[in-house]
Amino acid sequence: MTGETLEIRPAAVEVRDVHKWYGAQRVLNGVELTVRPGEVTVILGPSGSGKSTLLRVINHLEKPEIGHVSLNGELIGVRRHGERLKELTERAILAQRGRIGFVFQNFNLFPHLTVLDNVAAAPVATRRLKRPEARELARTLLDRVGLADKAGAYPRQLSGGQQQRVAIARALALRPGVILFDEPTSALDPELVGEVLAVIKDLATSGTTLVIVTHEIGFAREVADRIVFLDEGRVVEQGSPTEVLDHPTHERTRDFLSKVL
Amino acid sequence: MSESLGSAVPLSTTEPRPAAAQRVLPLRHPGRWIASAIVLVVVAQIVHGLATNPFFQWDRFQYWFLRPTILDGLLITLEVTLYSAVLGLLVGILLALARLSESPVLRAVSWVYIWLFRSVPLIVVLLFLYNFSALYKTLSLGVPFGPAFFTFDESRLATDMVVAVVGLSLNEAAYAAEVVRGGILSVDQGQHEAASALGLPKGYQFTRIVFPQALRSITPNYVNQLIGLIKGTSLVFYVSLLDLFGSVQSMGSTYPGDIVPLLLVATAWYLILTSVVSVVQFYVERYYSRGALRSLPPTPLQKVRTGLRDLRARVRKEAAI
Repeated sequence: MTGETLEIRPAAVEVRDVHKWYGAQRVLNGVELTVRPGEVTVILGPSGSGKSTLLRVINHLEKPEIGHVSLNGELIGVRRHGERLKELTERAILAQRGRIGFVFQNFNLFPHLTVLDNVAAAPVATRRLKRPEARELARTLLDRVGLADKAGAYPRQLSGGQQQRVAIARALALRPGVILFDEPTSALDPELVGEVLAVIKDLATSGTTLVIVTHEIGFAREVADRIVFLDEGRVVEQGSPTEVLDHPTHERTRDFLSKVL
Repeated sequence: MSESLGSAVPLSTTEPRPAAAQRVLPLRHPGRWIASAIVLVVVAQIVHGLATNPFFQWDRFQYWFLRPTILDGLLITLEVTLYSAVLGLLVGILLALARLSESPVLRAVSWVYIWLFRSVPLIVVLLFLYNFSALYKTLSLGVPFGPAFFTFDESRLATDMVVAVVGLSLNEAAYAAEVVRGGILSVDQGQHEAASALGLPKGYQFTRIVFPQALRSITPNYVNQLIGLIKGTSLVFYVSLLDLFGSVQSMGSTYPGDIVPLLLVATAWYLILTSVVSVVQFYVERYYSRGALRSLPPTPLQKVRTGLRDLRARVRKEAAI
């Protein structure tokens, strides 16, 4: 295994004026967000503020009705058609997702596949690697998240924290330019949160672009280059952890922080 | 399961032996014993009746059981079952996908198909097909109201076997579609999302991620269907195909005195077929429960082994006290 296979080129993410409705309910209301390559962005906000939806819009699991997302300047899920944006084919969207890692709150590992095959599945299915190479990559990544000895186990035989670490390895197997974390520790027992945060922190310091939705304020302060506060589908304020957490300028941010800190 | 797990824990011999006076006597269940005795007597009577009643003519049963006519019929039954099960399942999967698709046209067509073939009795479908060649002399494939590309002479195409398999498959597909759809719906939405978020190609998502997980709930339901199908094949007799039941029926009219042993022969063979399917079902289910359970359910052999070990442990314990 050469270092080349493991190398990840961090990508920039731009979200421009994104609006999204669920039926009559507006969940995103003109979100603007810029994530520079290698930057760690933590999104905070009260329940129902649109944090998860924003994350899911970035890899086009949710389609925005207005606005667009781009990765290194390339539009995600749509293409320009004169003045307008046209939706891409499903195949093209799936190909783009290969450059965006996504880690779910509930892990969503494939229960019928071994841990090793969970991690190796995507590179094989998308024909980027042959099976033996993909498995070797998977072993390397499992080692990186400290689970080399669990390669042959099935996901349900692991603890929640271990499952989430496998899910992170699975996302890394794509060699993504950015990894999105949707409340990665919310479904975990308190004593298991630390091991998952440690893995994420390791990624943060290694220069991967990360966008993290979390309620772990302490962790956000520790890893974030920038904190974005979302409320009612808009970015209310953003800045460095000290700016947003210690000197919030907006009433809604102060209100939220007083409840969670 | 929990019982065998609990008792499988090896008895520790190092612990001090409890004083006999302290021993807790388990509650006796005399009612249970009496009920068991009564049931055993009734079962013994039934078995005795079956064995000794001359009405059943077991010597004639023996004579007919492996007769070539019967075995030929059995072969037809197996063939018809196999073809219809495979065809029915394949069409059923397509119908299920159509019902789950985003297209209202596909959904509606699939719904109507399932509605129609679940409503019409199988025997009616079979007789319809049997008389089909009278309604349409030739079948052609082409543009509706336009030119035909292929034309078949129906009387040559529609052998009795084809009529039987097509009829059973049409019927089977409608039920299989619902079984498959139920299985697909039972897979967690998060699995679709994860597969999609990883950018797995659509076909791979279905064949490697969703369908294998759906099979866990499809298997028991589809085996149920399959057993119904095995028995359903007895209807092909009415489209002049001599399956197991058909052979028994025709032999019965030639040898009216042997009708009861002949029916017993058919019963025995249907029992054997169903048993084989059930055994296969156990192992298929076990295979597809990989990962769904923390440990696989024990095979019958493993159960016997742990049972014997538990018994030995219990005897040792009793002796020790």
